[in-house]
Amino acid sequence: MKAALICLAAIVHREASRFVSQRGRFLAAIVRPLVWLIVFAAGFRAALGLSIQPPYQTYITYEVYIVPGLCGMIQLFSGMQSSLSLVYDREMGSMRLLMTSPIPRWWLLFCKLFASTTISIFQVYTFLAIAALTGIDFSFAGYVAILPALILTGLMLGALGLLLSSTINQLENFAGVMNFVIFPMFFLSTALYPLWKMAEASPLLRDICAFNPFSHGVELIRFALYGQFNGMALVWVLLAFGVFLGLSILGYDPARGIVRRKA
Amino acid sequence: MTARLSVQGITHSYGKKPALNNVGFSLEKGSFCALLGPNGAGKSTLFSILTRLFVPDAGDVSVAGQSLSRAPGKALAQIGVVFQQPTLDLDLTVRRNLKYFAALHGMSGTVADKRINTVLERVNMRERMHEKVRALNGGHRRRMEIARALIHEPQVLLLDEPTVGLDAATRQAITGHVHDLAAEQDLTVLWATHLVDEVRDNDRLIVLHKGIVLADGSAAGIADGMTLQSRFLEMTGGSE
Repeated sequence: MKAALICLAAIVHREASRFVSQRGRFLAAIVRPLVWLIVFAAGFRAALGLSIQPPYQTYITYEVYIVPGLCGMIQLFSGMQSSLSLVYDREMGSMRLLMTSPIPRWWLLFCKLFASTTISIFQVYTFLAIAALTGIDFSFAGYVAILPALILTGLMLGALGLLLSSTINQLENFAGVMNFVIFPMFFLSTALYPLWKMAEASPLLRDICAFNPFSHGVELIRFALYGQFNGMALVWVLLAFGVFLGLSILGYDPARGIVRRKA
Repeated sequence: MTARLSVQGITHSYGKKPALNNVGFSLEKGSFCALLGPNGAGKSTLFSILTRLFVPDAGDVSVAGQSLSRAPGKALAQIGVVFQQPTLDLDLTVRRNLKYFAALHGMSGTVADKRINTVLERVNMRERMHEKVRALNGGHRRRMEIARALIHEPQVLLLDEPTVGLDAATRQAITGHVHDLAAEQDLTVLWATHLVDEVRDNDRLIVLHKGIVLADGSAAGIADGMTLQSRFLEMTGGSE
């Protein structure tokens, strides 16, 4: 038990110091959602009218609407970034070193996941602090209430990253992840437009958005930000987390999965 | 006497391409065994199996009496590995790299510090402890990786072509150092290489070729009056 915790602390410390040393990565992680918030949302504000819908009890501006989606976006990118670093680690051999640890492999993978989630939450709060400085702020209780939601969405997206890293053969294939995972997940979700707005465009789009686990992560954060609980979103996020994690543990299982194909 | 490292009937293939065919041997404590084979002989596959990167199609490995398939944690705890490819974090200090590895084996605080001091002393690198790995030359990095592999006091040390990319003098120094480790610390060493000059006459030698053990015995015995180089080329059809 003690050994497992020492291992967890070391992996979190290593990922955190790696993150701190990559200032460009941090800057990009913060600037990206801010550009959306300040530039994109400002332009859309006039074009898109939002009616009152839960959890909102009054009319809100578009900037306010997309904040939870942008929190999700930070975590999505962060999850994919850690997946990229896992593929890199595997090519560089440090993954092999990790795998020779006598500590059970599923725990090692969980440690990696936990570390990346912690880093993504730190990024989200930094973003929210800057957003607050520009006048888009929320109640203190809301900031506290989103923490458990952020942990869950972070774990879910991190597990997705882990799963991808167990199926991607080479670093070069990673560009595909951007095109086929990050963009569709983000755009086909409730991050930028509410479901009813999507339904106006196409019922099929609406159904895809409603199915997308990322939408549920965003909604979990959105409701929590107003001190409300969205049970349906929670179930979806937990379910997606379980599926992604289960499949990635299989992917890293020494008896099957990618490690077997790649000596 | 029970074997420290026992490899039994390992067979493995990648799809239809066979990589190892019924490979078996066992090593006693304090023995230095060279695993000699040309490129593509199956050495790296065998190392991947020995470090449980993946499990073989058939066969099992036991380390200090622990089966790698039935008690992987206990078996892995007795193995120290130096991979062919360096696996160090260049921007961290020597000490931080070793601390991270110690933690992967569940060691922290003063226990880890004490072990780190001991292993660095053993490779004469204690004074380099606070330098960044990037500042070390290739030979020192390798020595540091050997030190790292010994932190958790394993009984078996596996090295996969550890001298690749090093100059002749450094190569000789590292080969000598690991021979000393086996003799002085009662460590069981399996040293994969394709370079015959790293093998001493009284070493145990296993020749692996196309996934099959061609010979297993003392290096001098296998050479049988010839130079090991010519004997090796003869056995492997000069395919190196």
